[in-house]
Amino acid sequence: MTPKTAIDARDELAGGASVEEYVLSLLERIRERDRTINSFITVCEASAIEAAKALDRKRGRGEKLGPLFGIPVAVKDNICTIGIRTTCGSRMLENFVPPYDATVIKRIKEADAIVIGKTNMDEFAMGSSTENSYFGPTRNPLDPTRVPGGSSGGSAAAVAGGFAPLALGADTGGSIRCPASFCSIVGLKPTYGAVSRYGLISYANSLEQIGPMASNVDDCELLFNVIRGYDPRDNTSLPQGRIEAKEGKLRIGVPKEFFMEGVQEAVGVHVRKFLDKMSGVFEIGEISLPSLAYALPAYYIIAMSEASSNLARYDGIRYGLRGEDGGDWNETYCNNRGIGFGREVKRRIILGTFALSAGYRNRYYIRAQKIRTLIREDLGRAFKEFDLIAGPTMPVLPFKIGEKLDPLEIYMCDIETVPANLAGTPAISIPCGMANGLPVGLQLMAPPFGEGLLFRAGRIIEELA
Amino acid sequence: MGEITPEDLERLCWLSRLRLSQEEKEEFLGQLNKILDYFRRIEEVDVEHVPPTYHVVDLTNVLREDEVEEPRPDEVLELAPRRKGRYILAPRII
Repeated sequence: MTPKTAIDARDELAGGASVEEYVLSLLERIRERDRTINSFITVCEASAIEAAKALDRKRGRGEKLGPLFGIPVAVKDNICTIGIRTTCGSRMLENFVPPYDATVIKRIKEADAIVIGKTNMDEFAMGSSTENSYFGPTRNPLDPTRVPGGSSGGSAAAVAGGFAPLALGADTGGSIRCPASFCSIVGLKPTYGAVSRYGLISYANSLEQIGPMASNVDDCELLFNVIRGYDPRDNTSLPQGRIEAKEGKLRIGVPKEFFMEGVQEAVGVHVRKFLDKMSGVFEIGEISLPSLAYALPAYYIIAMSEASSNLARYDGIRYGLRGEDGGDWNETYCNNRGIGFGREVKRRIILGTFALSAGYRNRYYIRAQKIRTLIREDLGRAFKEFDLIAGPTMPVLPFKIGEKLDPLEIYMCDIETVPANLAGTPAISIPCGMANGLPVGLQLMAPPFGEGLLFRAGRIIEELA
Repeated sequence: MGEITPEDLERLCWLSRLRLSQEEKEEFLGQLNKILDYFRRIEEVDVEHVPPTYHVVDLTNVLREDEVEEPRPDEVLELAPRRKGRYILAPRII
């Protein structure tokens, strides 16, 4: 069985094809090819086969089958899975086995999906290339000398490499859309509050959302519809709204700021050309959103500040890595955290602590939150005139592993993606062809709960690409 | 000299409960100041009369009935790297 999409696979499996054989064939592919790609930190071989057998029996009994029947899902390793270690790409959590499932995991299991493995990521989701993992970098299946993007690089590589038809990622500043773009797949960052964060290991709680990744828009929508929904265990989850556009052509605004700072010429030219191609089917207009020029520094200040607080829980006493005890409690904490965290995590905790500290809080943290207000207002104004906003997902083409070593240079990769996180709006990355032989993604943003619009436009774009 | 001095870095590490190696300290100092230089770009914007947005969702407390659900004390205790019986071993206090 070699289905092209997750929906095809589900239909074949629900129609009688063996789930066990399908899972075994994917596990074999992983064994053969993931040695090079390194998309998984943990492959759940035994539990996936067991789940597959149970689903075959369920179908045999003639029971009603779930919308993800028999579909293996690759899960980012910062989403808690009961009985399966969840490392967050960190030495700190190398042996952490959660005693509970995240709400999204409960939901996909109830929909008859199978967790096939836990995917590699930048440590604590801090990075845009999946090179910051304690478990080594993930390689891009389209060109193994290049990065897959990040931080959900393992999830994107698992889909692009044909190891799983669907994946879950999480997006704090672009961590789903960036690897989707670099690996030429579809990735959605949902509206803040659309998907429960219960069981997501937190990095920057006011910005992050779990979201679906797939090889095409329909599959992405299928997984989104399973994971979305209000959850009483997450007080930031929301009752679900829905925004529909009026009949006729969708209006797309293209901010000129999305083509300015740090955008490689090859990317800018390609996306402009693609937008021209789209102009027959959509009503496209140029806009200016001046606050976007300040989104990146505002984002990093807020994300690091929240990280310094969220990561304070890792003491190595109750769970996590514990080194040699020495001295008092404080010494022990310093020691455990010093050996448990990698360099990028340490840099962000230190800068976040700085941005929140007495004397600097107003200058950095509060000012960044005010800029967040301006960005929200600018986007709100744009959505009065347009149904969607479009631009390149990434300002650069997938780069070589080890090519970007300076932290600030890596941060600049998020310049197009962070506004959606700051404003809490949904955004999707859809493949829109190749430039210099490397994949380019088109980013579409919608107003809160406008995911339906993103999928509707996405399907049209898929056909144009 | 950048905004963060070597002394500041020591203090920030203490506040964050992080022990850095000498090599990390040397590497970080320049990097952190370079990042802060970039962050200060936000000072170009006039935000005097703009309220901050700490969160895009209006947060409210969500309460539920105080009922015991799936307690897993053993699994939780097993996560502690050092234990003695049903206790977590902690560093000495006095």
